[in-house]
Amino acid sequence: MSYALTSVWSPLNGFLEWFGDLGLFAWQVMRAAVRRPFEGRELMRQLDEMGSKSLPLVAMAGAAMGVVLALESRSSLAHFGAKSMLPAAVVYSIIHETGPVVVGLVVSGRVGAGIGAELGSMKVTEQIDAIEASGVNPYKFLAFTRIVACILVLPLLTLAADFCGLLFGWITDTLVDPVSFHRFINQGFAGASFGDFLAPTFRTAVFGLIIGVIGCFQGMRTKGGTAGVGLSATSSVVLSSLFVILADVILVKLILVFFP
Amino acid sequence: MIHSDQEVLLAVDESAAAPAIESSTGKPDLPAVVLRGLHKSFGSQIVFDGIDLSVGTGETLAVLGRSGAGKSVLLKLIIGLQEPDSGSIRIHGQEITSLDLDAMNEIRKKMGFLFQHAALYDSLTVEQNIAFPLKRHTRMTESQQSHRIQELLAGVGMEGDLKKMPSDLSGGMQKRVGLARALALEPGILLLDEPTAGLDPITSGEINELILKLQEEHDMASIVVTHDLHSAKTIADRIALLHEGNVLIEGSFAELEKSDDEFVSEFLKRDS
Repeated sequence: MSYALTSVWSPLNGFLEWFGDLGLFAWQVMRAAVRRPFEGRELMRQLDEMGSKSLPLVAMAGAAMGVVLALESRSSLAHFGAKSMLPAAVVYSIIHETGPVVVGLVVSGRVGAGIGAELGSMKVTEQIDAIEASGVNPYKFLAFTRIVACILVLPLLTLAADFCGLLFGWITDTLVDPVSFHRFINQGFAGASFGDFLAPTFRTAVFGLIIGVIGCFQGMRTKGGTAGVGLSATSSVVLSSLFVILADVILVKLILVFFP
Repeated sequence: MIHSDQEVLLAVDESAAAPAIESSTGKPDLPAVVLRGLHKSFGSQIVFDGIDLSVGTGETLAVLGRSGAGKSVLLKLIIGLQEPDSGSIRIHGQEITSLDLDAMNEIRKKMGFLFQHAALYDSLTVEQNIAFPLKRHTRMTESQQSHRIQELLAGVGMEGDLKKMPSDLSGGMQKRVGLARALALEPGILLLDEPTAGLDPITSGEINELILKLQEEHDMASIVVTHDLHSAKTIADRIALLHEGNVLIEGSFAELEKSDDEFVSEFLKRDS
């Protein structure tokens, strides 16, 4: 009986402790965020690191998404005699769900692992202690800049992925059934409102927040040597991907409520 | 327990409370670092069980002890990277255990810290590493910063390595750059964590000479944590030996050698 209780309590206790530490970490970052200096140069460096260097990967993922959706949708729609709905199917799928989620997961992998490994490595080599010892707040310099960069770049990367998805969806479609890009887009967006486009794209800012916070948190609490760094990188990717998926479910429901 | 400078500690405590002593410059001559009744434990492991230590301006204290005796923890408590369970830490007369982050950061600017493995920022060049505190805590122009960096690197014999990355430097060179970075803000207190650890005897000797030279040039209080008895003998005015959560003995190297305490004799014999 006591063994059963221990086996349930121990992971539960660990989970609650993790959440408590995450809350404290978020509080430290928020407190640091409102204090000068604002580390603009480090923020620009992180925007470049996370934004422009993630662009090729995100663009490729978007392109692949467009091709696959066009191919899959064509055969399904043809089955119901609704081939003319193909542009709308591709546009709505990419902009509403596939684009944001694919970008969230791709960036979780690339940026989440990068942040976890970099900060983890800095932690075990005492570089974070050195920053603190020199009178600089590491929550501001390391965590806040990375979190803000993640929040800013995710919607921009989503726009890029969406564009590549639509472009390659059109190319795939037009190779079988020639149609101009202008016509494809017009048909795709027919009847769509600004809210259809805005809310799904900007919900990726929440994904950015999740990726940045989890990556920094896991990195800055690294213990042990190289094994600890590896563990931080892996857990950053796993946890940020998991929370991105969970957030997506909640945000989709909220978007449907507020932008019906 | 042998406290050879118990009287000094009492005097230090009185001076912290009522700074009446005046130096030749006319300024109150407070001890740079005073630790009183410091307790620190990690879980059930007691690291410090009420230790007392003090270091005066211009003085170098070497802290010796076995691995795990809490030598590095001591430095991290002094610079506020860890918090004591109880006790007092005074830096230039100011109690730091109750300070908020902003006030603590002001105190940290007056201290330089050389970490055991130098802890250079590996994404920044040597020049950027030393510029890091200058950019954030001074109003120096780019050219003034550049001049100061050159000056600091020349002081540690690294003037030709401005653009190198830390990964391109040997262990000894990293320690030199770490020292230059620690001195960037002209600190009043220098904390050195194992400055010669992992270095060959020749490089260790060079680092010791460099520390002595820097101590002569800058009138700092220094606390050196080390395993290296030769290094402690060379650079320290006073030595404190930590054992079982307390300062077992404190005094000059000669006083340590004269001690008939079994652990002190064993420690000195093993190292020699």
